[in-house]
Amino acid sequence: MPGTTEVKINPETNTLVREGVETQINPFDLYALEEAVRTKERMTEAGDPSTVTVISMGPPQAEDALREAISLGADDAILLSDRAFAGSDTWCTSYILAMALRKLEPDLVFCGMQAIDGDTGQVGPGIAVHNDMAQVAYVAEIKSLDAKKMVAKRLIEEGYETVELKLPVLLTVVKEINEPRTPSLRGKMAAKKAEIVRWGIADLGCPEDKCGLLGSPTQVIKVMTPPCREGGEKYEGEAAEIVDKLFDTLKCLEVV
Amino acid sequence: MSISVDASKCNGCTLCVKSCATNAIEVKDKLATIVLENCTMCGACVSACRFKAISIDIDKQPVENLDQYKEVWVFGEQREGKVAPVVYELINVGRDLAKARNTKLAVVILGSDLTAAVNDLASYPVDKVYVYEAPELATYDAERYCRVLTDVMRAHKPEIVLAGATTTGRSFMSGVAINLYTGLTADCTGLEIGEDGLLHQTRPAYGGNIMATILCKYTRPQMATVRHKVFPTSPKRCEGEAEIVRLEPKPTLFSSRSSFVEFVETVGEKVNLVDADIIVSGGRGLGAPEGFAVIRELADELNAAVGSSRAAVDAGWIPYAHQVGQTGKTVCPKLYIACGISGAVQHQVGMKSSDVIIAINKDPNAPIFDIATYGFVGDLYEVVPALTKKIRTMRGAPAETCVV
Repeated sequence: MPGTTEVKINPETNTLVREGVETQINPFDLYALEEAVRTKERMTEAGDPSTVTVISMGPPQAEDALREAISLGADDAILLSDRAFAGSDTWCTSYILAMALRKLEPDLVFCGMQAIDGDTGQVGPGIAVHNDMAQVAYVAEIKSLDAKKMVAKRLIEEGYETVELKLPVLLTVVKEINEPRTPSLRGKMAAKKAEIVRWGIADLGCPEDKCGLLGSPTQVIKVMTPPCREGGEKYEGEAAEIVDKLFDTLKCLEVV
Repeated sequence: MSISVDASKCNGCTLCVKSCATNAIEVKDKLATIVLENCTMCGACVSACRFKAISIDIDKQPVENLDQYKEVWVFGEQREGKVAPVVYELINVGRDLAKARNTKLAVVILGSDLTAAVNDLASYPVDKVYVYEAPELATYDAERYCRVLTDVMRAHKPEIVLAGATTTGRSFMSGVAINLYTGLTADCTGLEIGEDGLLHQTRPAYGGNIMATILCKYTRPQMATVRHKVFPTSPKRCEGEAEIVRLEPKPTLFSSRSSFVEFVETVGEKVNLVDADIIVSGGRGLGAPEGFAVIRELADELNAAVGSSRAAVDAGWIPYAHQVGQTGKTVCPKLYIACGISGAVQHQVGMKSSDVIIAINKDPNAPIFDIATYGFVGDLYEVVPALTKKIRTMRGAPAETCVV
């Protein structure tokens, strides 16, 4: 099996609280990265060496997140960064990432189930459709994997669904799939030295009218801060009183 | 496409700087300057500016006549013939949208052996039910679903398409929008037709810290996935009947690189977390996995689902499927009872839109009390079992609750 594994990292920075916050890996993507690295390690052990490449679309600062990914076991990192990508909605983001993947032709693409800011969960499945590959979302366990197929268990509302897929496969993973490692000293050294490859619109061969604000079918027209939820009454007292008060509250709410 | 600051309107107040999540605005000599390299064109500054000094211009035109798109569609998600509860909520909001657009409301359903589901959907106030039945669609398959719905939408040209923001809706609708090169707004909590006749889609972002209103101006259909429990369930129809439109299956669309192996329902759960009207949740304050027995007893008594904070999941006390919060599920039940949950921001993100929040916690300063409708300071091990007992006693005494 030719061995390249891809991890996508959320394109945007992840928080409104900016002071002192570095651009970090979106928490969901940590599980995707960890699963990719574990898969690589298993394959290497089985005599089928492979590599993990991390891809992110974002501003130049996103390089920090990519270095962090290398410290956690990724081999290479590519930053998709270009003025023309700014304002990309999920359609364009998945298109740009898909165009980058076409150059790499991986067997497996691991994505977090959603980003922490936009949290749409649409980009991963969108990439699979752009590149016409098999996909499975909300994966909680990879049950088996060989050169041709993967059996994956996905977490859905009422339980677990198991599906078998032909490679190449794009999967989005949920937190349950693993417990991400912390960076090793060697990883940290590698991250420091790593060269982050930068690809722009010309490298990907994307037409400008399919990228950024211009290519995006959706536009944000208004952003507002919702009113804060305020606390109500707070009761203190003996346990028995609290129980009575709670019971009365439930009665008022007509749940008992 | 460009972003610009009108120097005659900007007074350097820095409101835009505070609104920018990507450090892309600097104020120099009382004038906001955009650092293009950092700007993601998200538009947050445009709405933050009180002086209308910032604007983003896009030079864009529709590539086809958008008036040919009619009807509001609801995706009739079903599993083994059972319609997902969110569908009835979509019918309710879809009804209003169709009325505002003076067009028809339809449900489109894919699957196999759908007679009961179709009859059920037809008993709600929809004008049409599009039925696409084929044995190949008996179980959910992302590839097939995506290809079939794309084909149906190309043929019938709906103006608006709504689907539940469920694991199914969220995973395959994206591909449909990709195929049709149109917009899909995820997880909407507000939908209305604006004066411009467009669907104004409002959704939370950054964990609910901001609400963004999104338009899909130049392409159709306008597509949205919608959070469960945001809109009320539609009442049944009181008059008329739905037209049943049977769609001809096209076997060429059924190829897929994935195949269904099995579905295992989570055992022991009477109520699924996202559909529950009431959730009783436990956190670190339980102190031990056994604590969930106390939570579950109350939940059973209230016919509620059992939720959990991240701390309890990470401690291995309860499976991840129960986790509410930023890295778990977002829920909006009518009543959320948080027991021994301190209420970190990451937890609040997943539950703060619940109608009513009751918090039980030993620590009177726990942040959960800042958002709880009713806060109770006390030891959950003293309070919760006693409460369950009290409810049982009441129910055991029919004279008090039942008049018949």
